[in-house]
Amino acid sequence: MLREIFKKSFWYVSLVFVLVVLVWGLTVMTKRIDYIWYWNRIPQYFFFTDQIEKFASESGKISINGVEDDLTEVTLHYDDGTKETFEVETESLTFKEGDRFTDVDKIGELEVFSQGILIIGLITTLEISLYSSVLGLLIGLFAGLSRISKNPLIKGLSTIYVEIIRGTPLLVQLFIFYFFLGTVLGFGRFAAGTLALSFFAGAYVAEIIRAGIQSIHAGQMEAARSLGMNYLQTMTYIILPQAFKRTMPPLAGQFISLIKDSSLVSVIAITDLTKAAREISTSTFATFEVFFTISVMYLVLTFSLSMLVRYIERRFAVSD
Amino acid sequence: MIKIENISKTFIVGTHIVKAVDHCSHEVKQGEVVVVIGPSGSGKSTLLRCINQLETIDSGKIYIDDVDISSIKTNINKIRAEVGMVFQSFNLFPHKSVRDNINLAQQKVRKRSKVDANEKTDYLLKKVGIEQKAHVYPSQLSGGQQQRVAIARALAMDPKIMLFDEPTSALDPEMVGEVLDVMLTLAKEGMTMVVVSHEMGFAREVADTVIMMDEGKIIEVGNPEHFFTNPVEDRTKLFLSQIL
Ligand SMILES: Nc1ncnc2c1ncn2[C@@H]1O[C@H](COP(=O)(O)OP(=O)(O)OP(=O)(O)O)[C@@H](O)[C@H]1O
Ligand SMILES: [Mg+2]
Repeated sequence: MLREIFKKSFWYVSLVFVLVVLVWGLTVMTKRIDYIWYWNRIPQYFFFTDQIEKFASESGKISINGVEDDLTEVTLHYDDGTKETFEVETESLTFKEGDRFTDVDKIGELEVFSQGILIIGLITTLEISLYSSVLGLLIGLFAGLSRISKNPLIKGLSTIYVEIIRGTPLLVQLFIFYFFLGTVLGFGRFAAGTLALSFFAGAYVAEIIRAGIQSIHAGQMEAARSLGMNYLQTMTYIILPQAFKRTMPPLAGQFISLIKDSSLVSVIAITDLTKAAREISTSTFATFEVFFTISVMYLVLTFSLSMLVRYIERRFAVSD
Repeated sequence: MIKIENISKTFIVGTHIVKAVDHCSHEVKQGEVVVVIGPSGSGKSTLLRCINQLETIDSGKIYIDDVDISSIKTNINKIRAEVGMVFQSFNLFPHKSVRDNINLAQQKVRKRSKVDANEKTDYLLKKVGIEQKAHVYPSQLSGGQQQRVAIARALAMDPKIMLFDEPTSALDPEMVGEVLDVMLTLAKEGMTMVVVSHEMGFAREVADTVIMMDEGKIIEVGNPEHFFTNPVEDRTKLFLSQIL
């Protein structure tokens, strides 16, 4: 008993030791190339504050509505009858109640809190991953069912789709969706990126779903059909719920890959997390820092997703 | 009630052709209990599966209540709801509780309300003797209990005909009796039944007709007494001597 605990702790300590050595090794290597770390340059790319100046757009009269902390709410009554209300910093306000202003006057200043490019990129990555997961799941479900169809047309088309997607690089597919389909059908880069990823994921999802359905014993289909349920009802209530449960782990793996693969959309100039990092690294010299940062961000995303899936799996496991 | 006319079903396995059912004809009357016997691979299951169109026949005709069920104009789902089927391997839905196994088709096919379906389910679970297991999942039941749930599930559709494909051959010997008892009750209540089974005790007690199949053909038909006392065909004699 005690021996066992001791043995286990030994390996945990070793694990920590190896990790420390690795980090130390990295530090030594960067020292050798005289890299100067500027970690303090990174936070501004998450959020930053910006001083914006508020100008009048017409001439008119000002009224002051109230003061709260160091902000003042003012209303501009323009001569043409329109009104505009906003807040400025009390210190920066250059007018008093009832003063007239002209159309070039600066009324005051305001500090705004803005999302940095890393947050914008993160949101884009999340959006693209979410849309293409949902769309990919639908396409995959449809293609997977078609793959087991007895109709040679449906089966043939879905097989060709799956083989083409799985046999070509995603990068090439992205270019085709953007430069060819995007131009011919007239959609933008965001749509092109999302669609390319959806069809890419769809092909893999189709194979997962096909395998999942085929792993369900034929007796399940027969039992349901012999009760008078039609094909659609049987699929909906009997086959797919069981198949989904079985395909949950590989599907989760596929969607986790999708988050990572979405980084490729940066090549068609979509500002996702990876593109954001590249932009930052060209405008600062914090190249290492920024790529380490986004690695951690990707890890947080993929890890949260796999935790979520594990939770769902446990909830589903009641009937076994 | 059921009339099959000269039906055939062939499977192509690799390069050779298996005549699973080969020009079979027979008629089953209302309330009749038919037991089908025959060696493995003789086409008993296939014959049964043709009756509710789990297999589509290559030629011949099948009538249920004078409706030609092989015609494409027939709504096969309607027919199947009238024909209950019980499988050797139970085929309960593992992701659904016993109650939901029995409720599902009542609600989706018969369009019964949940209350009506529950009432029917409770009644049938009592009938097959497992009323206290409504909430459990199939994996928590013994084989005999699972098969009785499967029978209840088929009965819930109020079928006119019940088909049984070796309902007891996957069971441990001590559970065979409880399933046969349920089938016995059904037979006595006047259910039209076609049963593939080698339980000759069951056949002797309730069968009106026994059908012997071999190599896809119906080779001998008679009442149980005929088979026990003076079977005609050599293949029947041989087969019976092996199972009795
Ligand atoms: N789906 C299928 N595909 C190919 N061949 C099949 C199929 N179903 C049945 N067969 C073949 O048809 C023949 C009859 O099979 P069937 O299952 O009807 O026999 P059975 O009398 O029920 O046998 P058992 O007592 O073993 O259940 C067998 O040779 C079998 O291999
Ligand atoms: Mg069989």
